[in-house]
Amino acid sequence: MRNLVLALFLCGLALPALAVNPSEMLEDPAQEARARELSKEIRCLVCQNQSIDDSNAGLARDLRVLLRERIVAGDDDAEIKEFLVERYGDFVLLKPPVKMSTYVLWYGPLAVGLLGAIGVAIFLLRRRGSDTASVAPAPLSDEEKRRVEALLEEQDGKA
Amino acid sequence: MSRLLYLLPLLIFAVIAGYFTVPILTKKDPRILPSVMIDKPAPGHDLPALLQSKPGVAPADLKGGVKLVNFFASWCGPCRAEHPILMRLSAEGAVPLVGINYKDRPDAAIGWLRELGDPFGRIGVDADGRAAIDWGVYGVPETYVVDAGGHIRYRHVGPLTGKALKDTILPMVEQLRRGEG
Repeated sequence: MRNLVLALFLCGLALPALAVNPSEMLEDPAQEARARELSKEIRCLVCQNQSIDDSNAGLARDLRVLLRERIVAGDDDAEIKEFLVERYGDFVLLKPPVKMSTYVLWYGPLAVGLLGAIGVAIFLLRRRGSDTASVAPAPLSDEEKRRVEALLEEQDGKA
Repeated sequence: MSRLLYLLPLLIFAVIAGYFTVPILTKKDPRILPSVMIDKPAPGHDLPALLQSKPGVAPADLKGGVKLVNFFASWCGPCRAEHPILMRLSAEGAVPLVGINYKDRPDAAIGWLRELGDPFGRIGVDADGRAAIDWGVYGVPETYVVDAGGHIRYRHVGPLTGKALKDTILPMVEQLRRGEG
């Protein structure tokens, strides 16, 4: 029991290693929180699928420091993003902006889904239409009736 | 007509598959980003000199004549790999080279140049990497073609290769020179 408690305690100590270094952090907790949120939206250009908040790359650190300097200087989030986009392009934003060149990216899936839904709807409507009209079973002919009765009688005889 | 409609999903699939496959087949490295700084004025940083015998890099130095600006560091392996090409360029006098020493220890950088040779006409020190951020650098080495007006015209990411020089960079230098001459 004691070992278990100790193990759990040690697990608690093993916190995930953060890329953000305490020495980078701002003294004002509100500003620091803003910096953390913003840096999660900025792509690290070195390890390109990480945000600068996650990345241990030197450039990510430089950008985190720069971002905090801008926050202290009083820039708002949009201004800071614009500053980075001017240098690194829209790619630096993990969430791409909505504009002419990204319409396909943003609305493409919706358009494809819509087209698919329309296709399925047309398919289903057509099938239902044809079900009621032409696939209704034709009445049995006299010959067929006779055969059915013969088969049924045969079965009765066996039972 | 309705037969063709059934082929539409296949067609859409083919277009999307092609869009993703072509860059792989043409071996285009997706990590190489297009620079948004092309045709913009090179950032005006006043960078102190690395060596006493050579000037640093002031904004005015980037004007007047086509030149290559090379970001390098002694701790960077690919920089070492491209260094012989810079030395050759310098020996041939093909185009002036401006070096920007990126986040390096000055003594390490000086030692590195002493060991491998110094191809640069002037070398500025970017100790904290701020100038590099303004240039849009995301890893050394990077090399920029800067025209006589001080505008960035081309960026090469990673070590320079003989092929890149021959096929792209030197023709561009020539073209910029002719355009201005």
